[in-house]
Amino acid sequence: MTAEVLESPVVVAQAGTAPHPLLELWFDFRANRGAVTGLVVIVVLILLALSADFVAPHSPVITDNTAFLKPPVWQQGGSIAYPLGTDAIGRDMLSRLIHGARLSLLIGIAVVTLSVVAGTILGLVAGFYRGVVEIAIMRLMDITLTLPSLLLAIVIVAILGPGLMNAMLAVAIVLLPHYVRITRAAVISEVSKDYVTAAKVAGAGRLRLMFKEVLPNCTAPLIVQASLGISTAILDAAALGFLGLGAQPPLPEWGTMLADAREFVLRAWWVVTLPGLAILVTVLAFNLLGDGLRDALDPKLKR
Amino acid sequence: MLRFVLTRLSLVIPTFIGITLLVFVLIRLIPGDPIETMAGEHGIDPARLAQLRVDYGFDKPLLVQYGLYLSRMAHGDLGRSIATHEPVISEFRTLFPATIELSVCAILFAICLGLPAGIIAAVRRNSIFDHGVMGISLTGYSMPIFWWALLLILLFSVQLGWTPVSGRIAVQYFIEPVTGFLLIDTLIDGDFGAFRSALSHLVLPVIVLGTVPLAVIARMTRSAMLEVLGEDYIRTARAKGLPRFRVIAIHALRNALIPVVTVIGLQVGVLFTGAILTETIFSWPGVGKWLIEGINRRDYPVLQGGTLLIGAIVMIVNLLVDVAYGMINPRIRYAR
Amino acid sequence: MDRSILLAAVCASALVFASAASAKTLVFCSEGSPENFYPGVNTTGTSFDGNEPIYNRIVEFERGGTKVVPGLAEKWTISPDGTTYTFNLRKGVKWHSSKSFKPTRDFNADDVIFSIERQWKESNPYFKVTSPNHSYFGDMGLPKLLKSVEKVDDYTIKVTLDRPEAPFLADLAMPFAAIQSKEYADAMLKAGTPEKIDQDPIGTGPFYLVQYQKDAVIRYKAFPEFWGGKAKIDDLVYSITPDASVRWAKLQKGECDVMPYPNPADIDAIRKDPNITVLEQPGLNVGYLAFQTQKKPFDDVRVRKAISMAIDKKAIIDAVFLSTGIPAKNPIPPSMWSYNDNVKDDPYDPAAAKKLLADAGFPNGFETDLWAMPVQRPYNPNARRIAELMQADLAKIGVKAEIKSYEWGEYRKRMQAGEHQMGMFGWTGDNGDPDNFLHTLLGCDSAQSGGSNIAKFCYKPFDDLVVKAKTISDQAERAKLYEQAQVIFKEQAPWFTIAHAVQLKPVSKRVVDFKLSPFGRHNFYGVDVKD
Repeated sequence: MTAEVLESPVVVAQAGTAPHPLLELWFDFRANRGAVTGLVVIVVLILLALSADFVAPHSPVITDNTAFLKPPVWQQGGSIAYPLGTDAIGRDMLSRLIHGARLSLLIGIAVVTLSVVAGTILGLVAGFYRGVVEIAIMRLMDITLTLPSLLLAIVIVAILGPGLMNAMLAVAIVLLPHYVRITRAAVISEVSKDYVTAAKVAGAGRLRLMFKEVLPNCTAPLIVQASLGISTAILDAAALGFLGLGAQPPLPEWGTMLADAREFVLRAWWVVTLPGLAILVTVLAFNLLGDGLRDALDPKLKR
Repeated sequence: MLRFVLTRLSLVIPTFIGITLLVFVLIRLIPGDPIETMAGEHGIDPARLAQLRVDYGFDKPLLVQYGLYLSRMAHGDLGRSIATHEPVISEFRTLFPATIELSVCAILFAICLGLPAGIIAAVRRNSIFDHGVMGISLTGYSMPIFWWALLLILLFSVQLGWTPVSGRIAVQYFIEPVTGFLLIDTLIDGDFGAFRSALSHLVLPVIVLGTVPLAVIARMTRSAMLEVLGEDYIRTARAKGLPRFRVIAIHALRNALIPVVTVIGLQVGVLFTGAILTETIFSWPGVGKWLIEGINRRDYPVLQGGTLLIGAIVMIVNLLVDVAYGMINPRIRYAR
Repeated sequence: MDRSILLAAVCASALVFASAASAKTLVFCSEGSPENFYPGVNTTGTSFDGNEPIYNRIVEFERGGTKVVPGLAEKWTISPDGTTYTFNLRKGVKWHSSKSFKPTRDFNADDVIFSIERQWKESNPYFKVTSPNHSYFGDMGLPKLLKSVEKVDDYTIKVTLDRPEAPFLADLAMPFAAIQSKEYADAMLKAGTPEKIDQDPIGTGPFYLVQYQKDAVIRYKAFPEFWGGKAKIDDLVYSITPDASVRWAKLQKGECDVMPYPNPADIDAIRKDPNITVLEQPGLNVGYLAFQTQKKPFDDVRVRKAISMAIDKKAIIDAVFLSTGIPAKNPIPPSMWSYNDNVKDDPYDPAAAKKLLADAGFPNGFETDLWAMPVQRPYNPNARRIAELMQADLAKIGVKAEIKSYEWGEYRKRMQAGEHQMGMFGWTGDNGDPDNFLHTLLGCDSAQSGGSNIAKFCYKPFDDLVVKAKTISDQAERAKLYEQAQVIFKEQAPWFTIAHAVQLKPVSKRVVDFKLSPFGRHNFYGVDVKD
């Protein structure tokens, strides 16, 4: 829940730079080894998620009453049937982790899409219609930012009831203010520019101004924030899952799996270690990607 | 300057009232009833339930309840916990020092490691050290801290037995709370054994809670330093033949610190989020854990009061950071 | 953080620990903070444990049993019609004292009357102090049962009931009936701080409260003038440790001597530790899956039987309870008198279940819901996980069960209203009487909407037996009726009985003579420690 960092004036000030040609972006991006690694990991995860039904050796929900808490294959007592062991009620860890990738990617993408769309619209509105509308929107965002984000998410989930959908909604609401602020700041700096005035003089309508003229010029900071937002979303949803408020069992969401396995921490390391590792690797990959994108989009930090 | 402070202040009050309203409404929207939740398997007789709802004031219209709440709050009364019947403010007062102690130590830990790491990484740009620091800090930034905590407990407490597993101090030490900060209270008592015990209990939670701020501070310091080191005046100072250390420590660092201070200020809100998870895992008797329990028990006054107090603290810190920033950097003052 | 500092810290704490052992201290790693220090408004076992060292009742449960023995009352007589109880109170019982209050007199009849009226009569100035919600007093039906409570003289009390009620004495031995000092109450009322008596408690118990830090620690010291003789240990410390694995780690390191509620997954490791004994006793509880017998298809006994035979009970015990539960076949636990061991449990037999289901007109199974509570309860460590196992088993006979859950208060309310088709629930005995299970949970009275009969099971032959048993005072005769009732229960199968949670208490070998309470309470009077 640390997305605030990116709102340092440095990034926002760059909002006005002209978009780079995609090819140049790709060259810049490719030079960054970390970013490429992140991208590769993400592509692998996406492939795994898409083909989970064929790749996973077992069903993620079917229990095996003869194999509770079997260790991974390389440990004594492990078997090749369950390469990464089984959980407390005899479900294959590997299959659950693979199916979990599906959920985590879904969470990341859905949450960010939701809050980017809603945040951009609110930010555009606030930036265009100054006055009462702006004050109302920005005050509400300030209030949301003042409350610790996890606490707010917990309260929202408590209201809506625990579950994957509600957890995603809660995280999207918590992330919203960042997008609103970025968009508004970008809009305000754009509106005063000549091309907007020119468009206005040419008789462009307000909606056209908002979406056709100004929005495309605010996309750079939004893209960076969104790619990093995916990692925040995955982390937050996992934290909710860990507190028992996110996805509900038997869904193989990694945070939920971790929560379910916490009592076995002293007895079966694999049920605790593996889901956390999966979260870490995924989040790290998205952060590497986001960093690479930012560097590529931000000429000031370029070598 | 005064005008700047006043404008900022005038924003704080409506925000605060907004928080009270938002929190009040949100909390009432949570389904479930504190009295029913407490009843357990027995359930509760409908007539008695109705009577109790009257006694607790839950029968009045929401708006009236909110008005009553505001007027009591103006007198410093945040109500009583439904589960324990203790005044919310006094529970907060007992638990808050634990959270503060943990958070302050975590931030200090993050600064002490993050600042030098970031500076050295910037100075030795593209060295192995730089790549190492950046790699580690990005990993730290990506860390699910609830999992990190479990790993550290497994390794240091269970396997190696170096650190205690949970709590703030070993039970054999009987320390009367004076300030509530155990590191200080034990010293007042002059009991060094107790002080060491309190310190050793702090180690793991501080590392866990400090991980994300550490990563953020290291990264921010590095990029701020890089930016400053590229400026003309630094090159001039170098060209003049000033010692390298002096240039970095005095000329560059001072300017690079401005964004870093802002980032540290922003970490306060983030810390509370981390504290909720950290306290839950380490059984740390602080506010975060208290609020989670409050949600589970539908303890409205606790949730409401606790959230408000934390919101207020975050707001005050943000205000201080704003003012400090305005003082350092005059351009900000006139930006709005 | 420097490693050498760390090591030094650990060594130092080890040294101090060794020297601190000279005063006899027992550390109990309790699982949470008490609500407050007035058991009359407490609802959790954790709170009762926190109050146990401080207070007495006029009658008590014998240590480690369910038998009612004298407490602050030395003896009592019951009138032949069973409605009048006369208690003769103990003389020379001293109260604790605190910083703000020094008692001037011994315990007497006024204190008893105050403690009952505080929960009973709204006119009592203390009725609403701390909380007006005297849950257990209400749950036990005392407001309706009590007719009068009179002081005969300073050391004699006469209680008159509305009707004879066999479990009444046991009710008075429950923690909520703790006796508080009227003198203290009056003084605090005068001082304008009535709630103080529930925060800085004064009792007649074997220990007095020294310090309480929420979520951290409760400290007690032995009360030298305790009427039963000073406790064998000098200091009693509750180290509040909510996480079960952490409690175990602390016990292992010697940081505590007794821990409640071990993690089922850790039990094997705990048993292997040479410094620890695991005490165990089947608890007074039952966890079950109730069928809504007033709804289709569960109004058909064949369907209920079929489901009962389709679920692999052993797998549930192995995966979820591990060694902390024993399979249940009767609605009452085996440690309770009148338990009928001749009842045979339905076998796990999916083929027979499928056939039975076909006979009942569901050859292809049906769709239903399966409720699982959202919280851990003493009789059910993880309802979710059990539901997942049941769901898998039921799928094998074609029954599609959808797992449902609600917030805990809401869950109970909806179950009691009978909104479910199948749902998990359970019960922990209050006073050790079979009536508290068989009539309360399965009688027609409580089968109405909102009652605690979750199966909504109202079956005349069964109900006749348990109602009749309530009015008889001879235990042997009552036992016979209850045994018959259990046979009918199994034939009718309103519940799939899952398990009785076993109370497991890992205790350090230095602890001498700690006894398990069948009610799951923790009592440290009479316990000693050796070095």
